[in-house]
Amino acid sequence: MDDQADRQAFFTDGVTRLMDRLYGAAMRFTRNDDDAEDLIAETLEKAWQKLDTLDDRENFDGWIMRILSNTYISQWRRNRTRSEIFDDEPCTHDLDDRDSLYAKLHQPFLLWWGTPEKAFLDNLVVEDIDRALGKLPDAYREVVIMVEVLGFRYEEVAQQIEVPIGTVRSRLNRARRMLQESLWQTARDAGIVKRDSTREETLNEK
Amino acid sequence: MKSKLSCEEVLSKLMSYLDHEENAESESEIDLHLHECRECFSRAEFEKALKRKVAAAGEVKTPEDTRKRLEALIKRF
Repeated sequence: MDDQADRQAFFTDGVTRLMDRLYGAAMRFTRNDDDAEDLIAETLEKAWQKLDTLDDRENFDGWIMRILSNTYISQWRRNRTRSEIFDDEPCTHDLDDRDSLYAKLHQPFLLWWGTPEKAFLDNLVVEDIDRALGKLPDAYREVVIMVEVLGFRYEEVAQQIEVPIGTVRSRLNRARRMLQESLWQTARDAGIVKRDSTREETLNEK
Repeated sequence: MKSKLSCEEVLSKLMSYLDHEENAESESEIDLHLHECRECFSRAEFEKALKRKVAAAGEVKTPEDTRKRLEALIKRF
């Protein structure tokens, strides 16, 4: 097999294998079918052009997902309106834990595998997560995707979005809290927990 | 060996720990605490499970026509 054919076969195999992950990440970033496809197409063109810079073929998966993320950050989000205002004040662990999803669901004295919070998670479907992610401001959603979906280190996220690492932590904390609030709302709408219930009321009903 | 950390301290570092962003010493201390404290262990299990759910949402079946167009694109490279 000549070099060109070998490169083509390797690239095609890798992309085919990763297609659903590329599409999933692109959908979470862009929230739109057409934009997701365009983002992947641009990613594939860049990746193909830079394939010689991939030092170890074993690293292909992370390498191409980084190109996707970089492409979104550097080009796509420039086009969005800069109307979003969000609070980038430091926020590491100063959120009131009583507002967390866990605190709302948790019943003391039950083992983890028989708890309401476990049952709640078991009932969560991809669409619930998708909706909750979709409600996050772009700047928050991006860090969640990069950390939770793509598995990037905080330092790498900071470099990609060109903010201090403290800002990454802060956005991540706030994003997670907003995500949990949104999932709590989903649980109430689905009747998993009583609408407008306080924690105590919920516990008394169990 | 008894954990040196309080539950509040563990809680403040929990997400960073689950993201593998704590240093080795801090990670060991949190490991030890989670081994000893059922309440914090349950919390960690909940957050881990939620992280897995969010990560799983990053894989979406590509629509057939999109897949075909992208495969056709690669063939032109």
